[in-house]
Amino acid sequence: MLCLLLTSNQIAAAETAPLQKIQKVTFIPQWVPQAQFAGYYVAQETGIYKEHGLDVEIISGGPQRSSSDYLKNQKADFASLWLVTGLDLCNQGVEVVNLAQLVQRSALMLVAKKSSGILKPSDMEGRKVGLWGSPFEIQPKIFFEQYNLSVKPLQQSYSINLFLRDGVAVTSAMWYNEYHTILNAGIDQDELTTFFYSDHGLNYPEDGIYVRKETWEQKPALCRAFVEASLEGWQRAFAEPELALEITMRNLKKAHIISNRAHQEWMLKRMRDIILPANGPQTMGRLNFTDFQRVADDLKKNGLLMKAPDFNNFHQPPAGE
Amino acid sequence: MNWLRRRGIAFKLSLLVLSGVTLVIAGILTLNYNVTRRLMLEKIEDNAFNLAQATANRINTLLKAAEKIPAGVALTITELEPDDEKLRSLLKARLEQNSELYGIAAAFAPKSNPDIDESGSGNHKLKLYSRYYIRSYDRIKESPIEYDYRSHDWYQIPQVLGQAVWSEPYFGVSGGTVMTSYSYPFYRENAGHKKFGGIVCIDLSLNWLRNVVSSLKIGETGYAFLITRNGTFVTHPDLDLVMNETIFSVAEAHNNPRIREIGRRMIAGEKGFTAFTSLTNSKKYWMVYTPLPANGWSLGVLFPQNELMADIQALTKVMLGLGIGGFFLIMLVILLISGKITKPLSALAKSADQIASGDLETTIPTPKTPESNDEVDRLALSFAEMQRSLKEYIKNLTETTAAKERIESELNIASEIQMGILPKIFPPPFPTRPEFDLYATMRPAREVGGDLYDFFMIDDQHLCFTVGDVSGKGVPAALFMAITQTLVKTQAKAQSRRSSAVTLEQVNNDLARDNPSMMFVTLFLGIFNIVTGELEYCNGGHNPPYLLAPEQTETVQPLATTDGVALGVMEDFSFSTKRITLIPGQALFVFTDGVTEAMNNLDELFTEPRLEENLAHLTKEPVIQIADQIMQEIDNFSAGIPQTDDITMLVLRYNGKEGNTRA
Repeated sequence: MLCLLLTSNQIAAAETAPLQKIQKVTFIPQWVPQAQFAGYYVAQETGIYKEHGLDVEIISGGPQRSSSDYLKNQKADFASLWLVTGLDLCNQGVEVVNLAQLVQRSALMLVAKKSSGILKPSDMEGRKVGLWGSPFEIQPKIFFEQYNLSVKPLQQSYSINLFLRDGVAVTSAMWYNEYHTILNAGIDQDELTTFFYSDHGLNYPEDGIYVRKETWEQKPALCRAFVEASLEGWQRAFAEPELALEITMRNLKKAHIISNRAHQEWMLKRMRDIILPANGPQTMGRLNFTDFQRVADDLKKNGLLMKAPDFNNFHQPPAGE
Repeated sequence: MNWLRRRGIAFKLSLLVLSGVTLVIAGILTLNYNVTRRLMLEKIEDNAFNLAQATANRINTLLKAAEKIPAGVALTITELEPDDEKLRSLLKARLEQNSELYGIAAAFAPKSNPDIDESGSGNHKLKLYSRYYIRSYDRIKESPIEYDYRSHDWYQIPQVLGQAVWSEPYFGVSGGTVMTSYSYPFYRENAGHKKFGGIVCIDLSLNWLRNVVSSLKIGETGYAFLITRNGTFVTHPDLDLVMNETIFSVAEAHNNPRIREIGRRMIAGEKGFTAFTSLTNSKKYWMVYTPLPANGWSLGVLFPQNELMADIQALTKVMLGLGIGGFFLIMLVILLISGKITKPLSALAKSADQIASGDLETTIPTPKTPESNDEVDRLALSFAEMQRSLKEYIKNLTETTAAKERIESELNIASEIQMGILPKIFPPPFPTRPEFDLYATMRPAREVGGDLYDFFMIDDQHLCFTVGDVSGKGVPAALFMAITQTLVKTQAKAQSRRSSAVTLEQVNNDLARDNPSMMFVTLFLGIFNIVTGELEYCNGGHNPPYLLAPEQTETVQPLATTDGVALGVMEDFSFSTKRITLIPGQALFVFTDGVTEAMNNLDELFTEPRLEENLAHLTKEPVIQIADQIMQEIDNFSAGIPQTDDITMLVLRYNGKEGNTRA
C-alpha cells in the first residue's frame, strides 16, 4: 500500500510539475478543529501538502462559519461537506464536485437512556426527541416515517445538556462526538440505547471533499494533489494516532475549543471506523453509487432536490486503483 | 537447621530471644499503628466532612442568594408587565445593585409581549424579544442577543423542564472568564392557562467560586475541586482540567474505572469518603465529596494522607526507634548473660574434654564464692566431685588390681603345689608292675581345685587308689583336699589291715573332728590286689565308678555301692567295703561329678548315660586314651562354655599276673 501511495504521489508530482511553484489554497472543514478532521491537520503540519506543492490554509469551521457558504461564496477553494449538503448546493445551482468521499458510514445516531424505557424504535412514540437542523434533519424524518412514529421534535443545540437533564428522552448524536460526551458525563454504554441510522437503511455518506466545478475544470491537477495529500494525511493519522492527537490537541487549543484528549482519541478511532470501510483501503475516498442514489432519491422525495446530478460528473474519485 | 545446631548456646539464645523480641515489637508497632490510624481516620473523616460541608454550604448560600435576583425580576415582569423602558431600567438597576453579577437578561417567548414596540427588540424576523445587560470594565452596557436563543441551553432547558436551572459553565463572551447562568422561567396567565412567558437569566462569574474552593487550605498538598452535574471540572489546581475535562474523561484517559465510579457517585448527589490515589503524582489522599444542593454540582476535597498521618508516622518512627534501641539493648544483655553462662561452661567443657582424654589432674574451674548456687556453678562443683571420685576410684582400682594380681600369683603357686600333691603320671608310675595300667588326670575349674586323686603301693601286692571331690571350690576346697589327700595316704599306709573302710573311717573322723566350716569330701577308695585282681573298695558318697568289661555283654557297669556318706560330716560313721575280682583286661573308670555335670550352652548336663555310651566304645583302648577321649568328648559337648567344676578321671586296668594283656 505504501508503494501504491508512493507511485500515486509520483504521478501527482508529474501532473503538478507544470505548476512549478507552490500553490496557495484554502480549505474549510464543516466544524471546529477536532479529530473529525485530523487527516487534514496532519497533512498540513507534517508537510504532506507541501510535498504535493500545496500551501493549504485551513479555515476553522463552526457555528459561525458554514463550510457550505464558504464554498458557495468562493471564500474557500475546498470544503468538507456532507453528501446531503453537497447535493443541496447542486440544488441551489452551485455546481460542485465531490473529489473524495471520506466518511462512508453514517455516524449520525439517536441515543436514549434505557431508564426512560426506550429500547426499540417504537418506544419513541410520543416522546420528546432532540433533532438538529440541516443537514441532519433528513435521516430522522425518514426514520420516523419508516417506523410510523409520531414524536415530539425539539430543536437541539450544540450541547446534549437537555438530554442529560432529561428534557428530551432521545437526543441526536454523532457517534464520534456527542455519544462520547454522554459517556463522559458519567452515563455508561450499557445504560444507553442507540439507533444508528446506518443500521436502519439510512446510511448517508457524510464528510467528503468538495470543490466548485469550475475549479475542478480549470485546475484538475491541483484538485487531485489536494485530495491525494489529504488522503495521505488521513492514512498517516490512522497509522500514527499519537501524532494525530497531538496535532489535533494543538489546533484545538489554538482555537480555544473546549475538549480533552480522551474525547479526541475516541473521535479519531471512530473516524477510522467510518472512513476506512471494512472491504479494504482501496475504496478509501470513493463514493458508493448505491449510497449516492439512495440519498439523492430520499432528497427528491422530500422535495429537497429537483434533479440529481450525474454521478460520474458529481464524483471525481481519487486516483489509485 | 544443621547450621544452627553447630552454633554455641550464646548464639542460639540470642537468635531465639531476639526473634521473639522482634515479633513482639513488630506486633506492638503494627497494633499501635493500626489503632491510632483508625482513630485518626475517624477523626479525619469527621473533619473532612465538616470542612467539605461548610464549603459547600458557603457556595450554596451564595448561589441561593443569587437565585433571588432573577426570581424577583420575573415576579416584576409577570405582575407589573413593564414596558421596554421600565424593563431596561429594572435590569440595569439589578446589575448595578448586585456586583457579583456579570450579566442579566430577560428573554421572552415569541409574541408573548405584543405590546412592546418591536423597534427596540432583538430579533425581528423571529419576533423574539430580549434585553441583555452585561458588566464591562465596571460599566454596564447592553449586549443585544442576536441569535435564536430558543434552542440554547440557558433558555431551552428551563423552558422544557419548567423549572429554574443553573447552567453548565461556559466561557464568557470576552473569553477567559468561566461563567454559569441561572435561568428562571416565568409564565403568563392566559385565559386561565399558565403559558410560558420567557426566561430571566443572570450570569455569574465563577471566579468567586474558584476563590472559595481554592482558598480551602488543606495541609501543604491537599486541594479541593468542583465538578458539575456532567462531571466537568469547574475548579481544579490543574487548570488544564478546568472546563476541558470531565472526571469521566480523566478516568478514561487513565483507564481508571474507580475514578469513573467515584464520579458517578458524585454527580448522583451522593456524599462519600474514600481513599484516592492522585493520577498525576501518585500521592495518596483521602477524599470527601459532597453535593451543592443548589445546582447539583459536587465538591471534592482531598486530604493528603501522608500529611494527616505525619503525626502517627512520626510516632511510629519514634516507637520503631525505641524498638530498635530495645532490640540492641536486649541483644547486649543476652550477649553478656550468655557470655557469663557459657564462659564457665566452655571452660568446663574444655576440662571435661581433658578428663575424657585421660588427664585426671586437670583443674576444674570451680566458683570463687562457695555460696554461689547457680546451675553452672553446681555443674562445676559436680564435675570437680566427679573428678575426685574418679581419681579415688581409679586409685582403688589400681590397689585392687594389685591385690588381685598378688592373689593370682599366690593361687598359681597354690595350684602348682596342689598339682605337686597329686602323684605323677609321667613317667608311668609303676614301670615295674606289668600287672596293671594306671592313668589319672585332673583339670581344675579354677587355679586350684577341690578334686583329688591318689595311688600308691601299700605293699608289694596291694595298690591303693582314691578319687575324691571336696564340697565347694577354690582355695578352701584345695586346702581341704590337701588335708584329705594327706590323711588318706597316712591312714592307708598306717594300718595293717588294709581295709578301705577303716581308712575312710579314720579319715572321716580326723576331718569331722575339727571342721568348723562344715566342709565335706566324697571319696572313693580302692585297694587292688595286683596279683589276684581282687579289688576291695569303699565309696564315701562318691559317684560309683564304672567297671569296663570288654568281654562281657554289659561292657560298662557301675560298681555296686557301699552305702557310704561323704567324709567330714558325721564323726564315727561306720563304712563298709565291697569286693570284686577283676579278670585281666577289665578296667575301672573312676571319676568326679565334674565329668557328668559338664554343661553345654543349652544348660544340658553331660550325664551318666552319655558317659556310659562313650565309655562303651573305649573299653579296649589304653587307659590314657580312655581318659583323654572322654575329656575330648566333654570339651566337644560343652563347646567353649567355661568349665564350672573340676574334672578328675582315673583309669585302672588289670592285666593279669603276667601282664599279658598289656598293650
